Amino acid sequence: MQQPVPVLEARNIDIWRGGRCLIRGLSFSVGGGQLALVVGPNGAGKTSLLRVLAGLAPYGSGQVLWNGIAVPRLAPEQRADFVYRGHLDGLKKELTVEENLSFSAALRGQAAVFDSLLTTLNLNDVADRETRFLSAGQRRRVGLAALKLANARLWLLDEPMTNLDAAGRALVTGWVDEHLRGGGIAVVATHQPEELARPGTTLVEL
Amino acid sequence: MNSFLIVLKRDLKLAFRRWSELANPLLFFMIVTALFPLALSPTADELRTIGTGILWIAALLSSLLSLDSLFRADADDGSLEQLILSPAPLGIVVLAKVTAHWIASGVPLVGLVPVVALSFYLPVDALTVLVAALVLATPTISILVALGAALTVSLKSGGSVIGLLILPLCSPLLIFGTRATDLAVHGEATAGPLYLLASLAVLAVSLGPVAIGAALKVGME
Amino acid sequence: MKLPRWFHLLGSSPYVYRLAGRLSPWLGAVGCGLIAVGVFWGLVIAPPDYLQGDASRIIYIHPQTAYVGMQAYVVLAIAAAIGFIWRLKLAHAVAVSAAPIGASFTLCALVTGSIWGAPTWGTFWEWTDPRIMFELLLLFLFLGYMALRAAFEDRDKADRVSAILGVVGVVNVPIIHYSVLWWNTLHQGPTIMKFDEPSMTTDMLIPFLLTMFGFMVFFYWLLLKRLRAEIVDREQGTRWLRELVTEGSQ
Repeated sequence: MQQPVPVLEARNIDIWRGGRCLIRGLSFSVGGGQLALVVGPNGAGKTSLLRVLAGLAPYGSGQVLWNGIAVPRLAPEQRADFVYRGHLDGLKKELTVEENLSFSAALRGQAAVFDSLLTTLNLNDVADRETRFLSAGQRRRVGLAALKLANARLWLLDEPMTNLDAAGRALVTGWVDEHLRGGGIAVVATHQPEELARPGTTLVEL
Repeated sequence: MNSFLIVLKRDLKLAFRRWSELANPLLFFMIVTALFPLALSPTADELRTIGTGILWIAALLSSLLSLDSLFRADADDGSLEQLILSPAPLGIVVLAKVTAHWIASGVPLVGLVPVVALSFYLPVDALTVLVAALVLATPTISILVALGAALTVSLKSGGSVIGLLILPLCSPLLIFGTRATDLAVHGEATAGPLYLLASLAVLAVSLGPVAIGAALKVGME
Repeated sequence: MKLPRWFHLLGSSPYVYRLAGRLSPWLGAVGCGLIAVGVFWGLVIAPPDYLQGDASRIIYIHPQTAYVGMQAYVVLAIAAAIGFIWRLKLAHAVAVSAAPIGASFTLCALVTGSIWGAPTWGTFWEWTDPRIMFELLLLFLFLGYMALRAAFEDRDKADRVSAILGVVGVVNVPIIHYSVLWWNTLHQGPTIMKFDEPSMTTDMLIPFLLTMFGFMVFFYWLLLKRLRAEIVDREQGTRWLRELVTEGSQ
């Protein structure tokens, strides 16, 4: 049986922050294999939008639907489809890289197999060090490993290129491409849309 | 069940790597209990009478100290968001974190209190009941403290307001706990207050995680 | 489920504002009237209790303030729960308005309780009395709610976080009440139930009920007034409010 094509849809949503309405009546939709880039100046609400899509923040009106179900009403198991990587790395500083990744994978019910990932990300040297000893760039890359391990269909990424060097950014671009080719969806907030844009990309301008 | 164990393991690992944070509430307990005799200069009999109350109040106050370690660190480094978004039910995740907190802070307290109780001239026979009462009361304390931490997780400094929120809610625990201990000291039957403590614990552990989860989600919005 | 029209109307700030405005004067008149009549009756006309003498006349004020204080907390909790579940800002506004009024009533209960206790206990405060303890803890619950709200800058967050506290509190109120009562029964001596209400003759029952009802209506009058102020505060900058202000100043 063929798996139905996944689709994330925002219908006429309002987004508020700090008592102000940042975004009014936003609508867009991304399906399997598609990319949406969220662009706009600082403070325009890119992070707020991504958090709303992830279900972390409520929306003022309208709906955000994942495969037809409103995001706040998703059952816990259905959240396995999403992965959200925001500005914070989500790593415990007292745990080693390996411990952090094992936990992240196990919590999402995924296999904690990451040896090749660590090699690709150039993290083999620090694999057994507590993450508080890592540089910002290295922590970012651990976050990327967690992203890959999550094995999710929808990627919600808030400025994933931050703190990454050229090699790291190329890696992200490659992974997004690979993810999309595999039928996944990605919504990425970025200041450099040129790096990721390809034909068929939805541009959400705030 | 699986996610419960995964989160429990992680939080226990974290707790013991930050063991100095664990030690602080216990030291606080020792200091507070030491201050009372200093302030009151009680006779042995007086100490036996008021000792129960001092122990319980000091235990309550020192539990408040371990608040921040519950959720604030997770909120600050982004792992709380990931926990909320994970496919594991938030109530289970919360229960696991509170259990870890109880094992790391509540259980050492249960071990420490009888020692101090002896120094307050409480009879040895009363100690079993004291330990039982503490074992029954500390889960509820952990849940209430976790609730206070969750309600204030998005505040820069929740410390001062949390005591005001949580201590009134702890008053039944104080009443039943001290009552059980006093009864034991006088050699009377203690089943009543112990059962009451147990039912409070059941109530707290079953309903608490729901409220705590809701507060965390609102805090992270 | 199709909700009746009035349900939707109750979620509309301008509607509630106007409705509250129309109801207010009636509630105020009835409430103050009943209290005035009841208090006069109780203090002047009704007979003094044969045991406690004139001190018992506080029965026309103290239990009422205590009861209304508790009712205020229940109103707060229900409104907060409605606001949280259905995301109704107006329900949160009701909860916010109920808090200080409930706290004040509870404070009055404590003060009138002391006044009652003074001739009986010999002192103005008796720590082992269960009702005083309960009222005190209730006061702390109110203050805790208000303090938690004050700590948040974002009003929405303040609403929703304090709503959780309110609901947890209301679940705890019966637990605290029972435990304090139980605690008191353990203490032998002159503090046991000095507050036993004297058995009431009709002479005393009527003013008792008058003031009870009067204070309740009074509470709702205050609540509506405060609610209107809270609505104005929350709806700053909206068109209906601007129109209201301009048409009022014409």
